[in-house]
Amino acid sequence: MADRKAAGAGAAAEIVFSHVTKHYPGRRAAAVKDLSLVVPAGEICVLVGPSGAGKTTAMKLVNRLIDFDEGDITIDGRSIRELDAVELRRGIGYVIQQIGLFPHMTVGDNIAVVPRLLGWPKQRIRERVAELVELVGLEAGDRDRYPSQLSGGQRQRVGLVRALAAEPKVMLMDEPFGALDPITRDRLQNEFLRLHEVERKTVIFVTHDIDEAIKLGDRIAILREGGVLAQYDAPDAILASPADDFVARFVGADRGLKRLALRRLSEIELDSPNGIPPDAPRTSLQTTIRDALSLMLTEGAENLVVVDDSGEVAGLLSVGRVSRLLAEP
Amino acid sequence: MSGPPPPVVIPNFGGASKCVTNNDLFCADWVQHNWGSTLQPALLEHLRLTLIAVAIGFVIAFAAAVVARRLRFVEHPFTLVGALLYTIPSIALFQLLVPFTGLTETTVEIALIGYTLLILFRNTLAGFQAVPEDVLEAARGMGLRGREILWRIEVPLALPAIMAGLRIATVTVISLATVAAFIDDEGLGSPIFRAIQSNVFKTELFAAGGLAVALALFADAFLVLVQRLVTPWARRERT
Ligand SMILES: Nc1ncnc2c1ncn2[C@@H]1O[C@H](COP(=O)(O)OP(=O)(O)OP(=O)(O)O)[C@@H](O)[C@H]1O
Ligand SMILES: [Mg+2]
Repeated sequence: MADRKAAGAGAAAEIVFSHVTKHYPGRRAAAVKDLSLVVPAGEICVLVGPSGAGKTTAMKLVNRLIDFDEGDITIDGRSIRELDAVELRRGIGYVIQQIGLFPHMTVGDNIAVVPRLLGWPKQRIRERVAELVELVGLEAGDRDRYPSQLSGGQRQRVGLVRALAAEPKVMLMDEPFGALDPITRDRLQNEFLRLHEVERKTVIFVTHDIDEAIKLGDRIAILREGGVLAQYDAPDAILASPADDFVARFVGADRGLKRLALRRLSEIELDSPNGIPPDAPRTSLQTTIRDALSLMLTEGAENLVVVDDSGEVAGLLSVGRVSRLLAEP
Repeated sequence: MSGPPPPVVIPNFGGASKCVTNNDLFCADWVQHNWGSTLQPALLEHLRLTLIAVAIGFVIAFAAAVVARRLRFVEHPFTLVGALLYTIPSIALFQLLVPFTGLTETTVEIALIGYTLLILFRNTLAGFQAVPEDVLEAARGMGLRGREILWRIEVPLALPAIMAGLRIATVTVISLATVAAFIDDEGLGSPIFRAIQSNVFKTELFAAGGLAVALALFADAFLVLVQRLVTPWARRERT
């Protein structure tokens, strides 16, 4: 049992970039310049930045679809240069914006591609496919359908679980939800986070949408033109104290509000519920501070009554408390 | 030198029917009598000529398309050679080959293969080129090797185009192979030539010509069926 865990089933790996530089031939500026960062095992690292900042390039260096010129990248302490590129890729889940499902294969066969390449026994492949199809909310019957028979959102779900199929330690995702409508995108983001809870991988996730980065990332790496790392930190830290003007502009003038969206009322200290104003609006502990603030402003109320799941009053939230939270570093 | 085979008289098998001696439009009794001795062997020879030409032509064109898929500069020269072979009138091409390979089946096959190359190469290459870039990118990123990408992804996805090429090539060769009897006395061209030389014996002309047309139609329908079977994914649309 313990052995199986050690062998890597479902485990995650630490990824380290050290002084990595990539120059495309015939280009003056580097696409990625002296990039150093550590993605701890099991965390989601979001690469974000304007178009052309080298996000895709940096991500593709990890599975060697692009080779770097200088520096090194290690996965679990091993340099990826020492590994056979094909073997390396089979151990890394890969999801792209255009999805790239194989149109001539059914959903089930698409998901089974890498397990088959790895020579898994038939029975195990069948079980894994069934498990993933269910995990991502498709019907069992969808397994035998072709990609052309699915909606865009369903296709992206299949693309996502196809990458998870062989239980990789690392996932690379390049704007996987970029082409979806806002509602489907939101739903898939939530599903992705749920999947991540179930099967913890080390994820490098590329997007140019700062809100997506804040929502999904344990850490955010902000790249600027020329492939230079501008800041690498937890979302809250970046929103609280942007390293420079570029980062501040990139995260937006509403960074204070975005920061409030990161925390729920259950995570902060509330005022004691003495002398509750009878007409104060109510909300649950699961509400984000940002939504709570919005509620107070729209209701024109100074205070908000916070109730827990059983309807008991948990405390009081005041506008003053919110602004004090914003001032925290 | 080559030339038309020596003239023959309308075959007289004992009491030739009135229909035959009158050279009426079509005499079923003649066809019945000569099916086993003339028409059926000619049909089978024709089929064999066609199969060999299309098979070898396909192997050559497919290999060339596999190379051209990656090395763009191969496409032009091969297309040029194919187009040249395709546009030379068939009789002239046969004659050009005779000094080298004589009045043999080899001559016939070389010429027929020449006619298939352009069609098969163009279609196969178009099939490869139509494979979406994101599909290839995903395949590479998932760790498929070059050869696995070719056989598991590119060839299956090129199949509709490849099959379309095979249909055109097959029908073309069936039609052209009748002229081959001019060089090598076999196939459905053989009874056709003989009929023309015997004062245009209409029954034999129509019977053999009709068989060539039927063979072409049948082959085409057969290939359509094969195509449906090998590309089930191409038919089903979103429901
Ligand atoms: N194959 C290539 N050859 C030459 N230059 C390239 C190549 N791919 C990318 N570049 C250049 O490298 C730089 C970084 O590109 P990259 O695709 O990594 O950016 P990105 O951050 O992913 O942008 P986007 O948000 O638009 O996807 C750009 O200037 C781009 O033009
Ligand atoms: Mg990109």
